[in-house]
Amino acid sequence: MGFQPVKFYQTGTFTVGNRLLTPDERSLQSDKGRSNSINSGHRACQGCGEALGARYAIDAAVAGSHGQLIAANATGCLEVFSTPYPESSWQLPWIHSLFGNAAAVATGIAAAMKVKGKTSVRVVAQGGDGGTTDIGFGCLSGMFERNDDVLYICYDNQGYMNTGVQRSSATPPAARTATTMTVGKEPGNVFGQGKNVPEIAMAHGIPYVATATVADLRDLEYKVRKAMTVHGARYIHIFVPCPLGWGTASNDTIRMARLAKESGTFPVFEAEYGEVTGVLKIRHQIPVEDYLRPQKRFAHLFGEHPHPETIARLQLLADRNIRKYGLLNGHAAAADEANEHLRELRISEGGN
Amino acid sequence: MLKQIEGSKAVAEAIGLCRPEVICAYPISPQTHIVEALGEMVKSGELTPCEFINVESEFAAMSVAIGASAAGARAYTATASQGLLFMAEAVYNASGLGLPIVMTVANRAIGAPINIWNDHSDSLSQRDSGWMQLFAETNQEAVDLHIQAFRLAEELSMPIMVCMDGFILTHAFERVDIPSQQQVDAYLPPFEPRQVLDPAEPVSIGAMVGPEAFMEVRYLAHAKQMQALELIPQLAAEFKERFNRDSGGLVRTYCIEDAETVIIAMGSVLGTIKDTVDEMRAEGHKIGVLGIISYRPFPLEQVRRALLSCRRFLVLEKSLAVGMGGIVATDVRMAVTGAGLKGYTAIAGLGGRPILKSSLHALFRRAQAEALPPVTFLDLDWDVVNKQLARERTTRRSGPVAENILYDKGIVSAKFG
Repeated sequence: MGFQPVKFYQTGTFTVGNRLLTPDERSLQSDKGRSNSINSGHRACQGCGEALGARYAIDAAVAGSHGQLIAANATGCLEVFSTPYPESSWQLPWIHSLFGNAAAVATGIAAAMKVKGKTSVRVVAQGGDGGTTDIGFGCLSGMFERNDDVLYICYDNQGYMNTGVQRSSATPPAARTATTMTVGKEPGNVFGQGKNVPEIAMAHGIPYVATATVADLRDLEYKVRKAMTVHGARYIHIFVPCPLGWGTASNDTIRMARLAKESGTFPVFEAEYGEVTGVLKIRHQIPVEDYLRPQKRFAHLFGEHPHPETIARLQLLADRNIRKYGLLNGHAAAADEANEHLRELRISEGGN
Repeated sequence: MLKQIEGSKAVAEAIGLCRPEVICAYPISPQTHIVEALGEMVKSGELTPCEFINVESEFAAMSVAIGASAAGARAYTATASQGLLFMAEAVYNASGLGLPIVMTVANRAIGAPINIWNDHSDSLSQRDSGWMQLFAETNQEAVDLHIQAFRLAEELSMPIMVCMDGFILTHAFERVDIPSQQQVDAYLPPFEPRQVLDPAEPVSIGAMVGPEAFMEVRYLAHAKQMQALELIPQLAAEFKERFNRDSGGLVRTYCIEDAETVIIAMGSVLGTIKDTVDEMRAEGHKIGVLGIISYRPFPLEQVRRALLSCRRFLVLEKSLAVGMGGIVATDVRMAVTGAGLKGYTAIAGLGGRPILKSSLHALFRRAQAEALPPVTFLDLDWDVVNKQLARERTTRRSGPVAENILYDKGIVSAKFG
C-alpha cells in the first residue's frame, strides 16, 4: 500500500475519532476499551440524544472513577428504555427508585460507601429534565445544599418525553408540547417561565457545575472527567435533543445540539463554587431561526402564518445568553482566558 | 441497665445498640427527640461508624434510606403523621425493592385539621405498603421491638415500622431496661444484604417489570409477610431467652380464658384497658383483652384462636375508615368469619382525645349487654356535631368546619378532658 490521503479530518480539531490526534488526545468514546456502560440493545428511539449523552457521560464517569461507580436513576425515558427485565443495559451497579428521588438515593449510596470505608467508590445520579428541574428538584437542592459526594447529571430534552411530550420547567418558550398546544394568542409554551437549574445549582455554591451538549463529545467527556476529580456535590446539565418530542430527523440530533449552542440558545459553560470559570465560545454564530426551523415543535412559528415577533423574542433570549456568558469573542476577556484554560485542561484530561 | 428515661431517648439508645450505619433525620413531632438523641450519639462519636444525615423532607429521608440500604448499609429513620404521608411513595418503593429499612412511627393524627396528637391514622394509612408494622404497648416494648425489628427486617429483606404512640409513649418518662451492647450484638448479627450495589458485581435494582412478572413480585412480598407470621414468635422467644423479657410476638392476651367479652386494641391504650378490665373482673365481669402487636402481617389465626371461646368482642381503635367504620375491626372480623360472634367497633382517641377509664367502663358494659351499635364513637360531642350539621343545612356558606367546632366548644384544646 502506498500513501493513503486523509480526506475527512482536519488537524487541530477534536472531531470524534480523529485519527490524526495522538492517542492521549482521543476521546474516550473512540477507545475500544471504553466501559460501554449502556449496552446496545436498549429500546431508545432512533437518534435519541439522551441515550447518547448518557453513554458518553457514564463511560467518562466510569473511567474517571476507575470502574468504581454506582448509578442512581430517576424514572423517565432513560430508565424505561434501558431496563425492561431481563434486558438491563447497565454494565455498572444501578438502581432506580422513583421519579423524584434520584439525588436522595444517591446521597444514601454515598453515605453507605463512606460508612463502609469504600472511599474509592463514586456515586452518580441521573435523570431527565422532568426528574431534575421539576419533581426531583427538592431532593436535588437538598443534595446540593449538604454538599453530598454525588455527581448529578441531568439529560435535558426539554420536556416529559416518556409520557408523551408534555411541558416541563425546562421546555423553552413557544415550543409545542402536548400541554402547551399551538392554539390561542400565544401558541406553544409561554414566555417568562421556566427554571435555569445550572444557575440554581451555582447559587448553592457547590464545587462544580457545568453544561454540555451531545454535539461536543470531548467537552462533555472533559467535564465529566473533571467532575470526577472533585468531591462534594457536582452538577452537569447535558443538552440532549429528542427527535420524537421535537419533531426532528433522527439523524439530526447532533446537529440540533450544535445549532442550539452556536445560536446562543443553550450556553455551554462551567463554574466552580458559584463562579463561571469557562465557556465554550460560539464558533460560527447562527440566527436562532436556523435552530428553530428544522423542529416541528416550532413549526407554528413558520409557514403560512408565521410569527416573526416570537422568533425575535427567542433571538433576544439567545442574545442575552451571549452577553451574559460572553459566548462571542471579544465579549469577555475573562471568559476567553477561562476558555483557553479549559482547552488546556481538556487536552491534559483527554487520555484515559 | 434500668433507667428512668424518656421513651424517645430509650428508643434512640436501643437503635444505637443496633449499630445503624445510616440515619436520616427530618423533624416532625412527636418523633423528633429520637433522631435528636441519635444525632448526638453520632456527633459525639458514641455511635460509630454511622452517617447521620439532615435531609430536606421525609420523602428524602426514606429515599436516602433506600439508597443506603441498597448499598448494603443498615438504614434507619423515624417519622410520624404528615411526614409518613409525604414519604408514602418511597415507603411503597422500599418494600417493593425488598430493602430491610427500620423506621419508627411515633403515631400521630393526620390533618386537616392539623393536629399533632396521637392516634393510629398515619401508619394504618400505609397498611398495604408491604411494610410490617409492630405496635408497642409500653416504652420497654418499644425498645425491645426495635431490636427485634432489625433482625426480622434483615432476615426477610423487607422493611418494618415500629409504631409507638406519639407523646403517650415517646414523651413519657418511665422505667426502661436498656440492654447491653453485648446482649444486642449476640442477638442481632451484622447486616448481610440479599442484594447490594457493588461495582465488583454489578446488578440493576429497580428495573421496569411488566405484566409478565409483576404479580409474582407482589405475591412474594405477601409471602414474606406470611413467613413473618412464623418468624415473629420465634424471634420473640429467642429474645426472651437472651434478654429475659416477654416482648413482641404476634398478639398478647390478658384474662381471656373464661372471658365472654374480649376487648381488642393496639398500642399504649392497652394499659388503660387492662386497668379497666381488672376493675370489672373484681366486680365479677367475665371480660378479657387481646392486644395486637403485629398489625402487618395480621395474625388471623392467632386472633381467631384467642376469640373463639368468647361470645362477643369489641375492637377499640384509634383509627377511622371514613365512610366505613373500623380499620382494625375489619381485620378482626375477617379472623372470626363464621364463628358466630357479636362484634363491635369503637373509634376512640382520635387526634389525642383522652381515652378515660370511666368512658371505657361504660363502653365495655354496653358491649357486654350487647347494647352497642356496630360502630361507636367514644366520647364524641354530639351537641357540637349536630349543631354543625344544622348549620350546614341552613347556611350555604357555613364556613370552615374545624373553626366552627372550636367556636361552639368555646374552649382551647389544651383544656379538654
